Amino acid sequence: MNRSNGSRAMSAGLVRRVLRKPLGVVSGVVLILIVGASFAGQWIAPHDPLAQNLRIVRQGPSVAHLLGTDSLGRDVLSRLLFGGQESLSGVVVAVVAMLIIAIPLGILAGYVGGLLDRVILRVVDVLLSIPGTIITLAVLAIFNNNMFVAMVSVGVLASGAFIRVFRSAALSVRQELYIGAARVSGLSRVRIMANHVLPQIRGVLLVQVTLFSAATLGIQTGLAFLAFGPPPPSPTWGGMVAEAATIIQIDPWLLVPTGGVIALTTLALCLLGDAVRDANQERFTLAGLEGKPSAPQAGKSQVHTTGADRDDEARMAVTPGALLSVRGLTVGFGAEGRETTAIQRVDFDIHPGEVVGLVGESGSGKTVTALALLGLLGANGRVTGGSIRLSGEELVGMPHARLREVRGARIAMISQEPMVALDPSFRVGSQIAEAVRAHDRVSRADARARCEELLAAVRLDPAIARRYPHEISGGMAQRVAIAMALAGRPELLIADEPTTALDVTVQADILDLLRTVQEETQMAVILVSHDWGVVADLCSRAIVMYAGEVVERARVADVFAAPRHPYTTALLRSNPHGAEPGKPLPTIGGSVPAPQEWPVGCHFAARCPLATEACRVAPIDIVHLEGDRASRCIHIDELAEVRA
Amino acid sequence: MVRLIVNRLLLSIVLIVISSIAIFLLMSLVPGDPARTILGANATPDSIARLRDQLGLDQPLLIQYGTWLGGVLHGDFGTSVFSGDPVETLILARVPVTLSLILLSTLVVAVIGTGLGLLSAVRGGVLGKFLDAISLVGLALPSYWVAILFVALFAVAIRIFPATGYTSLLQDPGRWLLSLVLPVAALSLGGVTIVAKQMRDSAMDVLARDYIRVLRATGIRERSIVLKHVLRNAALPSLTILGITVVGALTGAVFVENVFVLPGLGTLVTQATMSHDLPVVLGVGVYFTLFVIIVNLIIDLLYGVLNPKVRVP
Repeated sequence: MNRSNGSRAMSAGLVRRVLRKPLGVVSGVVLILIVGASFAGQWIAPHDPLAQNLRIVRQGPSVAHLLGTDSLGRDVLSRLLFGGQESLSGVVVAVVAMLIIAIPLGILAGYVGGLLDRVILRVVDVLLSIPGTIITLAVLAIFNNNMFVAMVSVGVLASGAFIRVFRSAALSVRQELYIGAARVSGLSRVRIMANHVLPQIRGVLLVQVTLFSAATLGIQTGLAFLAFGPPPPSPTWGGMVAEAATIIQIDPWLLVPTGGVIALTTLALCLLGDAVRDANQERFTLAGLEGKPSAPQAGKSQVHTTGADRDDEARMAVTPGALLSVRGLTVGFGAEGRETTAIQRVDFDIHPGEVVGLVGESGSGKTVTALALLGLLGANGRVTGGSIRLSGEELVGMPHARLREVRGARIAMISQEPMVALDPSFRVGSQIAEAVRAHDRVSRADARARCEELLAAVRLDPAIARRYPHEISGGMAQRVAIAMALAGRPELLIADEPTTALDVTVQADILDLLRTVQEETQMAVILVSHDWGVVADLCSRAIVMYAGEVVERARVADVFAAPRHPYTTALLRSNPHGAEPGKPLPTIGGSVPAPQEWPVGCHFAARCPLATEACRVAPIDIVHLEGDRASRCIHIDELAEVRA
Repeated sequence: MVRLIVNRLLLSIVLIVISSIAIFLLMSLVPGDPARTILGANATPDSIARLRDQLGLDQPLLIQYGTWLGGVLHGDFGTSVFSGDPVETLILARVPVTLSLILLSTLVVAVIGTGLGLLSAVRGGVLGKFLDAISLVGLALPSYWVAILFVALFAVAIRIFPATGYTSLLQDPGRWLLSLVLPVAALSLGGVTIVAKQMRDSAMDVLARDYIRVLRATGIRERSIVLKHVLRNAALPSLTILGITVVGALTGAVFVENVFVLPGLGTLVTQATMSHDLPVVLGVGVYFTLFVIIVNLIIDLLYGVLNPKVRVP
């Protein structure tokens, strides 16, 4: 009882959603008009569709004949109205035939499954390979041009594809809880399928019916065009196109109304199908979103520029001798003018040959920073402020072609997921060789030789070159990615959590390899990581990020000895490597706020034990400390006391 | 690979048997005498008896079917009721026309559809909207109507191409191509838009993949990324769609051949249907089924070549 009320309400919701779409409404109205007018043809047609008048042949549109007259002086509009009955009822016959076969078989296959499912699918495979046109023509030949039987056969032949659609719809409904509940409550399978599964696939059903109607209208009118079906002089849409075709040399006008009504009906069916599909999907997405937080508050996502303006000069000054100088880097995602800021006012330097750790929780902006350095933020993201200078050369706003020469050759990158970092369609060797040839103008043979060198440098067997990415392990794939990154002999390598996706045993190997390669090539490395153990192992300096901002910069040894930001302290404490055995691992309460929820003041204040009112009222600036350290905290002194 | 081919061939035999059984069953279901239907109301009892004998209608259905299938396996499709010619002679004379039409159309659909789809994935914006609009129009306009429109525009209004008729490739390659331009264009319009849309969707999907970002980070030229990596990976789903389009072109060819009066299998089967010439309809059915199976086989093989994961060493 409840159930049926519920599904009626849901169906009303679907109709309402379709009605909210302008295209859906327009195409629905057009369809109703065409269908209604055709079946009311007897009463509303201005003329007898068969009445000839040889004095007014092939006239264009006029008041007496709104769509003109044909070559026998018959009124085109009246003929279209009467012809529609034949075409549209043909479509209905095919749709009904298709549904009678496809609904029960599709639901059975999807809901019952097992052997029955496999048998039905096999039959469907066969049905899909039969050239339907020929069978339909054979039916017409046998049944003496009987259009009804022909349209039934069109429906039967098409049912294969729709069995598949309904099967997968039923399959997904089967997983729903209330279906299980109905089963437990002892309802028979047939009742469940008829009363519970069928109403649930109504949306899919409607979409398929409109699309199939559109396709069938094409076939129906096509057959009539080929002179099957009711013989002349009875009007059919397809037949009228054929008549128009015979006189295109003299008068092409007749092609317009005859083809137009078919095209209009088809278009309306297709667009209505699209609208129903969208409305149906909305129903599911809206249902899934209920209970989640509403839209983010406006106004908090803007960059707070007050602090940035004050020490602009100091900020923009480039440290002499630095390989990379990042100053005030701000990145936004989304439509221009309404960006959501992902990182803001990020400053740091990287010196030649130096290994620096970029540390923070997920969502702190480490990867966005790394991608911004390479100009690879994607179509949605954009540097909205600040500068990135590589050996003094500005990378922000650099033309695409010149930026490409920087990528790989001066700054290279390896990413988190080695298994998806290689193109699955090409051999490993071919991808490394392509990287080589992107930087060096060498022959194919020389590229192959260099490829072997690179494989040796990452301690891989040269035979790997012949393999495809799916034939190697994650660890090997990361070594290949490193080899590709080394191909351009970069001055700076950005390693974005290079071991996160790998097995623990492989992680150490990859880190060892990175260390060896760095020592051999003397390139600088930015190691993005959330693991203090890895940072302590490889890096000389650390940059700690939180919610899109740099909160602390210091030598790694200094950080471990005395962190100068409450976030760093908390992060170090929750690091499993330093945990005391037998005691629960301390964690940081709460989570990193999303960019839309950034507060005006210190981003960490909500989770910070030292936070005061002063932390919350205004943006906090980074403070330079002794020994080349910096911290974005106004309670540094208290922090020292807490530790002491 | 060999197993795939053998499987496909076995399936083809099953398909031909099933479709032909279906047609024979239908024939037995028809109320009244098929011979009378074929010959029409004015036939003499004598001629009806002769036709019943020729078609073997007096024999049990199973024997009729066995005789027909046995003949097909030997390449004998029977004789046309209408003209009295052997069915295979009628068919073989027309295969080159339909095959030229469909092969050229496939080429056009593959090249233009892929190019447009790739371009709109990379450029997006206006071209993408244009593609959406065109594909709606391509979907809504019946192919025979488009064919007539092409005749009206390019053969009647501006006389560039012949309106109707066919010149054999062997006779005059230039005129062969000229006689096929309009039919191929009419036949390809729908397929081009379907393949282009699929290609755009899968190319956009590939462009968002990690390995594309890695290739960019490595400094590979955008041209090479799009034409080599995106094309190769996006081609797989588009290939499936192309296969469906080629099979669909068979139906389209029936209409288009009729508009342009091309002497192909489509016009043959239409005429045969009108004159109730069942042996010819059945024979063309066997050829069409074979064609569908060969197309699917080629698509499967190409899939294997393009996708290293299914490639058999």
